[in-house]
Amino acid sequence: MSATFVGMPAFPEAAREALADSQLRYNLAHATGTIRDKRAKVVAEVDDWEDLRVAGAAVKETALRDLERHLVRLEETLTANGATVHWARDAAEANAIVAAIAKDHAAEEVVKVKSMVTQEIGLNEALAEEGIAAWETDLAELIVQLGDDLPSHILVPAIHRNRAEIREIFMSKMAAAGRPAPDDLSDEPAVLAAAAREHLREKFLRAKVGVSGANFAVAESGTLVVVESEGNGRMCLTLPEVLVSVVGIEKVVSRWEELDPLLRLLPRSSTGERMNPYTSTWSGVTPGDGPQEVHVVLLDNGRTRALADEVGRQALRCIRCSACLNVCPVYERTGGHAYGSVYPGPIGAILNPLLKGVGHDDQVDSLPYASSLCGACFEVCPVRIDIPAVLVDQRAQVVDAHRNGVPKPEAAAMKGAAYVFGRSSRLAGLERLTGIGLGLARRVGIAAWTGARDLPDTPKESFRAWWRRTDGGRRKEHGDD
Amino acid sequence: MTEARSEILAGVRAALAGVDPAPAAPTVPGVSLTPADAVAKFAERVADYRAVVERCGAAELADRVAAALPEGSVIVPEGLSVQVPDAVVDDGTLTATDLDRIAAVVTEARVGIAETGTIVLDHGPGQGRRIISLVPDTHVCIVHEHQVVADVPDAVADLDPARPLTWISGPSATSDIELDRVEGVHGPRNLHVIVVAG
Amino acid sequence: MRVALMVTCINEALYPRTGQAVVRLLRRLGVEVDFPQAQTCCGQPMVNTGYLDEAVPAVRTFVEAFAGYDAVVSPSGSCTGSARHQHSIVARRSGDADLEAAVADLAPKVYELSEFLVDVLGVTDVGAYYPHRVTYHPTCHSLRMLGVGDRPRRLLESVRGLTLVDLPGADQCCGFGGTFAVKNADTSIAMGADKARHIKETGAEMVVAGDNSCLTHIGGVLSRQRSGVRPVHLAEILASTEATVDEAAEVDAGADAEGAAR
Repeated sequence: MSATFVGMPAFPEAAREALADSQLRYNLAHATGTIRDKRAKVVAEVDDWEDLRVAGAAVKETALRDLERHLVRLEETLTANGATVHWARDAAEANAIVAAIAKDHAAEEVVKVKSMVTQEIGLNEALAEEGIAAWETDLAELIVQLGDDLPSHILVPAIHRNRAEIREIFMSKMAAAGRPAPDDLSDEPAVLAAAAREHLREKFLRAKVGVSGANFAVAESGTLVVVESEGNGRMCLTLPEVLVSVVGIEKVVSRWEELDPLLRLLPRSSTGERMNPYTSTWSGVTPGDGPQEVHVVLLDNGRTRALADEVGRQALRCIRCSACLNVCPVYERTGGHAYGSVYPGPIGAILNPLLKGVGHDDQVDSLPYASSLCGACFEVCPVRIDIPAVLVDQRAQVVDAHRNGVPKPEAAAMKGAAYVFGRSSRLAGLERLTGIGLGLARRVGIAAWTGARDLPDTPKESFRAWWRRTDGGRRKEHGDD
Repeated sequence: MTEARSEILAGVRAALAGVDPAPAAPTVPGVSLTPADAVAKFAERVADYRAVVERCGAAELADRVAAALPEGSVIVPEGLSVQVPDAVVDDGTLTATDLDRIAAVVTEARVGIAETGTIVLDHGPGQGRRIISLVPDTHVCIVHEHQVVADVPDAVADLDPARPLTWISGPSATSDIELDRVEGVHGPRNLHVIVVAG
Repeated sequence: MRVALMVTCINEALYPRTGQAVVRLLRRLGVEVDFPQAQTCCGQPMVNTGYLDEAVPAVRTFVEAFAGYDAVVSPSGSCTGSARHQHSIVARRSGDADLEAAVADLAPKVYELSEFLVDVLGVTDVGAYYPHRVTYHPTCHSLRMLGVGDRPRRLLESVRGLTLVDLPGADQCCGFGGTFAVKNADTSIAMGADKARHIKETGAEMVVAGDNSCLTHIGGVLSRQRSGVRPVHLAEILASTEATVDEAAEVDAGADAEGAAR
């Protein structure tokens, strides 16, 4: 995959392009509408859903607030279970560890379970530079990889593609990557899925090294958990001789029993199912069953930075269900590419600035503003991440990061507003206030408003003037009310 | 790498300096069902995933298994409680490529979860290596009524994380094309569950 | 009970009729509201754009203006949400413990209009008359930040002469979002266009909401499309009676003509 998010424009510009693509708008509206309905139906089945959300949030939050102890414990238990634990501060270190393991086994290819973290670190590209082919085996990831495309959704990276586009990609690109698509391929989803099965099966059967992420890592038992649907995960976790799992340090939970609220919350929130088809758990090496060499790479890559953020820390509770994307009115219209990251949508709008820091990249700084703050994301989040609150806090951090530079027109307008709103005498009189309002509008862009919207007419007097003139309506005057 | 380890742990420590621990998570009980209701719901919810589900008495089990099997070869794990004529008993030597030529597998399970229609294998006796219930295209799975629990917390409490576990809810499926669910990708495309009395 | 009106800066400048409607409505229900002259803006535009320091004077002015009142009522879910949920963030940022304490004391006393009517006054039938077909858009902050639930609908259902029609996709954001409307104008307009389409599908004469900020955006799209559907604030419907309906229409026409000439 040579496509990359590097050099993407800031959100408003990227969104404009996406909004102009009517096929994309249709695909997104259809897909997000479908999944929203499914989620709502299975969530309504659960009487204690709110209690479960509270429990899910607490499980993750208690682990995060005591992360050092849990990480050390996880390392101990994994090691005792026969796994080798590695630590990586950043993407380059993690990629080097995975490449070295593959080379130790003279592997020219690896098969991959769908994993956000390996996309975050650009593992496929890094392995390609070392001459190792990384095959994505999740259907949507396969579509993205074959199409030389970028993922646009956390759960369904090819959500921006419809069945006809997917058929076209399979017909034109499968042959170069292995077994070609059958000549009579139709655009029926079941037929397309069958073609993916045939294409990938030969890769599963010969693979020596599997690469995965993990949905959860249990410190007390040294257990990793992968939640999936297609069975490609089971193939990668079971068939190869060697398994390498790259795990963000925020994935840890303390005890085995604590998986319970999370396993009840995740499938209903993500695919809108009571339970996903397959969940695999493994604790290091099981003699005679599955990979006999197991590695775990514990990755930071900005997570300790996010952990230090008092308001933003809660974003590390995220279990990557993507419910927030599916309900977001902004995501529904722009799609995921506009966010310029493997983490799009509301969670991406906070996670990227938290992991990367603000104040040095306009694209990252634009993300906290890619929201109308409608709050639909918080409402559905299974681990109660108050995304709107974090967005507002991230906006403040963006503004603060630029306070010593050349002030933007918007900053000058806000300073003016601060002065006027600090004392009512300063806004006595309608002219004054509308003057400020229009001044603000001009500075942040009146053309942006009036491009497709009319402005309301201005009334003859302000409320304050009316109140004074009529004593709050008690004194009737001609022409009033 | 020890440098990375100490730096990450120091970063975590610094990030949380002065931060209070979070209150412990409350436990949220799952649904509560009588054993009979649990079995009925289990059967109904497994069927919702478009798996084949049937219930039978212990005496009928062997016939039901035989009838559920497709044409072609069959593999079974050691310790299966039912006789499957002509089946290959896994001795741990068959490779993935060998198993790819086998049409079906018969296993037992460790736990059934009624609320979610889930079968959990812990790959002990009667269940076998993970690979044998993965590569063949048809999986016939025997669940005894007494193994069915009401909800996820019951199952989690009952299972041993030291063992590898496979949670199965219906046949392999994907929602990756237009978020429409399609059954049958890489895992067994046919899941046939036989719920046995007792 | 001493009750103050937080009219909000947008109503102060652009929609005085909404403020007047609240005064008239509450007076009819036996509640005399004060209008503390010191009030300015709740500070939400600054907070939501990231200018927390710049919001401190507005929050200080807010707590000074409304100190001592038992209840503060506002015809805006968004500004009420700002007072209830954001002022504490700004106060903490200021480092002024007295301001933090004043905010903590005042915030729970701030009510959005429908909350005040239903929860504090205990009425759903306010004696209003409004012979029109309307559809109701629940604004995001009233719906999700405040949780007003079905209070506005219950109030509307009790209005004589009024036909309330369901709005498809009602709980979807209209795309206003404060400075979002200009910072991400293209996305905002795309959302507004979908909202306008749903409104037009209902065949309503008016779209009613509890926030004039959202209505400015929705109304701006509807007006540009020459749809003929007008935005109207909930307070103005609830303040209407048989006696005021005709009169208001006349004044309306006059005010519009004068306003347009400015």
